[in-house]
Amino acid sequence: MNPLIDTLILVAVAAAVVLVFWGVNFLLGPRSSGVVKETPFETGQVPLTPPGHRLTVRFYLIAILFVVFDVELIFLFPWAVVFNKLGLFGLIEMLAFIGVLFIGLFYAWKRGALEWE
Amino acid sequence: MIELSINWAAVTPVLILTGLGLLLVLLGTFFPRIYDETLAAIVLTGLAAMVFFTLQNWGENPATSFGMLLTDDATHAFSLIFSLSAALTVLLSLNQQERSYLLYSDYFALVLFATLGMYIMAASGDLIMLFLGLEVLSISLYVLAGFRRSNGFAIEAAFKYFLLGAFASAFFLLGIAFIFGATGSTQIAALAGEGQAASGMLTGLLPYGLILLLVGFGFKLALFPFHLWAPDVYQGAPSPVAAFMATGSKAAAFAGLMRVAAAFDLWSMVPWQNLLWLLAVLTILAGNIVALRQNNIKRMLAYSSIAHAGYMLIGVLAGIENGYPSLLFYLLAYTFMNIGAFGVLTWLGTAEHEILTLDDVRGLARIRPYSSVMMATFLISLAGIPPTAGFIGKYFVFIAAVRSGYLWLVIIALIGSMIGLYYYLRVTVVMFMQARGENSPESAGHQPFVAIALAVCFFAVFNLGLFPSRWLVVFQELVHLLP
Repeated sequence: MNPLIDTLILVAVAAAVVLVFWGVNFLLGPRSSGVVKETPFETGQVPLTPPGHRLTVRFYLIAILFVVFDVELIFLFPWAVVFNKLGLFGLIEMLAFIGVLFIGLFYAWKRGALEWE
Repeated sequence: MIELSINWAAVTPVLILTGLGLLLVLLGTFFPRIYDETLAAIVLTGLAAMVFFTLQNWGENPATSFGMLLTDDATHAFSLIFSLSAALTVLLSLNQQERSYLLYSDYFALVLFATLGMYIMAASGDLIMLFLGLEVLSISLYVLAGFRRSNGFAIEAAFKYFLLGAFASAFFLLGIAFIFGATGSTQIAALAGEGQAASGMLTGLLPYGLILLLVGFGFKLALFPFHLWAPDVYQGAPSPVAAFMATGSKAAAFAGLMRVAAAFDLWSMVPWQNLLWLLAVLTILAGNIVALRQNNIKRMLAYSSIAHAGYMLIGVLAGIENGYPSLLFYLLAYTFMNIGAFGVLTWLGTAEHEILTLDDVRGLARIRPYSSVMMATFLISLAGIPPTAGFIGKYFVFIAAVRSGYLWLVIIALIGSMIGLYYYLRVTVVMFMQARGENSPESAGHQPFVAIALAVCFFAVFNLGLFPSRWLVVFQELVHLLP
C-alpha cells in the first residue's frame, strides 16, 4: 500500500476531530458578549499596554547572535549522529567550524554587541 | 569509516582567503589603532599568494574536492581576475576620501570574503556550492555597499541591494530545487544530458529551474529586466566598492553561468539561444540609451556597466570554443578600464567633496591634466576605441559571435556601442574643451596607493590593447583543457 495513504488518513481524522468540536460548540455553546470578553486574553491578566507597540531596535543584534548558535546546532546534531563514521576528519572539520563561529562571537563581544546601553 | 580525502589544490585558495579574513577581523578587534597600510599589506600579500598559487597550478590536470570545488584552468583564469580586481580595490580604498569613514579591518575582511565568494562560484562543481559562493559574495557586498553609514545614499544603496538581492537568491535557490527535483542531483557534472528528450529539448521541471537560475544570474550581472538596482547602488557605494562590484562580482556570475550553460549545452537549443539573444540585445540597448541622460558620472558608469554586461553576454552566446576565450579577455580588459575610471573619481574626490557630476569635472584638464588624461583614456577604452583594451575586447567578442553565426546580434551591439560613444566622449569634451566651472575640485593631496593602482590600470589598458594576442592565446589553450 502507498505509505502516503496512512498520512492522508491521519490528516482526515485530524480534520474530522476539529470539525466535530467546532460543530458541537457552534450548536450547543452559549452566546454572550461583553466588554470583558472582547478584551485580548493575556494569561488571565488585564492587559497593561495595547498590543502591536514598537520593539526596540536593539533586539536585532540579539536575534543575529542567536542565529550564530542556531546554525551551530543545526550542524552539530547530524554530525553527532554520524560521528563514528566520520572519525577524526569529522572532528577536525567540526572544530574548525566551531572555531570560525567562536571568532565571530568574540568579534561581536569585543565590539560591544552584547552591551545593552 | 567513510573515505574522505581533501584535494589541497582545490581548497588552498579558500583557506588563504578565509584565514586572512578572520585574521583581519581579529587584528582589528585586538589592535584598533593598527595602521591601514599594515592591513592593506596583509591583504595584498594574501592576494599575491592567490595569484602565485594560480600560476603554479596553471595547466595542471583538473582537480576536485568531494565534487564540490573544481579546479581547472577556467577557475584559475577567473581567480586571476578576482585577485586583480580585489587588489586594485584595496589600493583605491586607501585614499583620503575613504579614510575619513572607513573601518579598515572590517572593510578589508569583507573584500576578502567577497573574493572568497567569487572564487567559490568560479570553482563550484555543485549547484549548492554555487549558491554558497553567491551568498558569501552577496552578503559581503551588501555590507560594503552601505559602508558610509552616515550617508543617506549609502543606506539606500545597501537596502535596495539587500532586498533585491535576497529575492534574486530565493529565485536562484528555487531553481536549484527544481533542477534537483528533475534530475535527482545537484552535481553540475552529473546534470549533462539529464532530462533531455530525443528532440534535444529539456523536459519536465528542468526548463523552469534553468529560467529561475538565469534570473539569479541576471540580477548579479545586472542584465536588462533585473538591472534597476545598479545605478542606485553604484551611486551610494564607495567608489572602490562600486568598481569591485562592477568587475569582480560580474566576472564571478559569468563564471557560474558558463559552468551551468556548459553542463546543459544550452548552445545547442534554439529557445535558449533566442532567450540569451534577446537578453543581450535589451541589455545593450537599455544600458546605452539610459546612460545618455545621466549627469552623475557614477550613475553613467553604472549604466555603462549594464551595457558591458550585454556585450559579455554575446561572448557567452558564442559558445565555449569561440566565445569563452573572448569573454575572459573582455572581463580582464573590463576589470582594468572600469576600476581605472572609478579610480580617477576616487583620486579627484576629497573627504568634503566627492566628484559626482559633469559640472564637477568641467574644464578639469586645465588644473589636473594627468588625471584628466587618465579619465579620458579609460572612457575611450570603455567606449571601445583603438588602441585600447576595450576595443580589442569588443573586437574579439564580436568576431567570436560572427563565427558562431550571430551576425545580426553583432550589428545591433555595434549600434549600441555607437550610441555609447556619445556619453563617454561627452565627459571628455567637458573636461578638455570647456572653461573651468565653479565646482572644480581642490587637490586631494598625495595619494600614492591610488596612484599605483591607476598607473597599473593605465599601463594594462594599453598593454592589452596593443599586445592582446598573448593573453588570447593563453585563454584559447585553456578552453581546450576544460573537462
